[in-house]
Amino acid sequence: MVRRRRLLRRRNDGSIEVAFPDWLRDEIGNLLGQLRQLMTTDSPADDRLERLFPPAYPDDAEAEAEYQGFMRVELVSSRLAAIDKVEATLYDEQIDDAQLTAWMAAINDVRLVLGTLLGVTEDVDHASLDEKDPNFGGFLLYDQLTFVLGEIIEVLSTAL
Amino acid sequence: MAPSTTPDVIERPTDEVDVRPDKPWIVLVWNDPINLMSYVTFVFQKLFGYSKEKAEKLMLDVHEKGRAVVSSGPREKAEIDVFRLHEHGLWATMQRDD
Repeated sequence: MVRRRRLLRRRNDGSIEVAFPDWLRDEIGNLLGQLRQLMTTDSPADDRLERLFPPAYPDDAEAEAEYQGFMRVELVSSRLAAIDKVEATLYDEQIDDAQLTAWMAAINDVRLVLGTLLGVTEDVDHASLDEKDPNFGGFLLYDQLTFVLGEIIEVLSTAL
Repeated sequence: MAPSTTPDVIERPTDEVDVRPDKPWIVLVWNDPINLMSYVTFVFQKLFGYSKEKAEKLMLDVHEKGRAVVSSGPREKAEIDVFRLHEHGLWATMQRDD
């Protein structure tokens, strides 16, 4: 019997030990690069990004246009700042709560975009997806991100 | 005794300006199939300082009823709350509390 090694552990001094394997860090870095590109170079109406920029006033076009005018640029820069923070600590073995919070935000963003691309719904169980399915790799990645995010939330919750 | 000049009837503003004072706005979070339940609970605790119990109850309301009111107040505050929820990837909207 093998005891699963946790990816994250809070040390007694409050710092957080990161035991992510390098392949996982590579993968996260790669996804974050793609997310940055999607947010900075692609069209704002790209529906892959719809989950990152939802409407605030769905029934009031004027107020909605004003909200998007002011807030969208803020939302983009906040997301880019989180990506920058993760990239700066991507291979660190020890990080603090502020850094892990950026990891949480950026990984959640990537997961939202990937989930949107894969058409994730509550009713469809993808656990039994066939290996030959074109989305098999995507769902594998999605499940890895789900696992990582779960561990991050667990560790950050202990400091609330 | 009648005044020699009578003022015209005070003109009503023609623009449809909403003057309902302090009508509070509500912030709604809508269910979605992607965000983790533990994440949504965590965000409610972190952003609004809610207890774990309250945050979990709101999260379950969102999950089971499709949406929940997570905060309320003047428009400016509601807009900031919506922004912070959007920043965290939650599907939040705001409207008048009618």
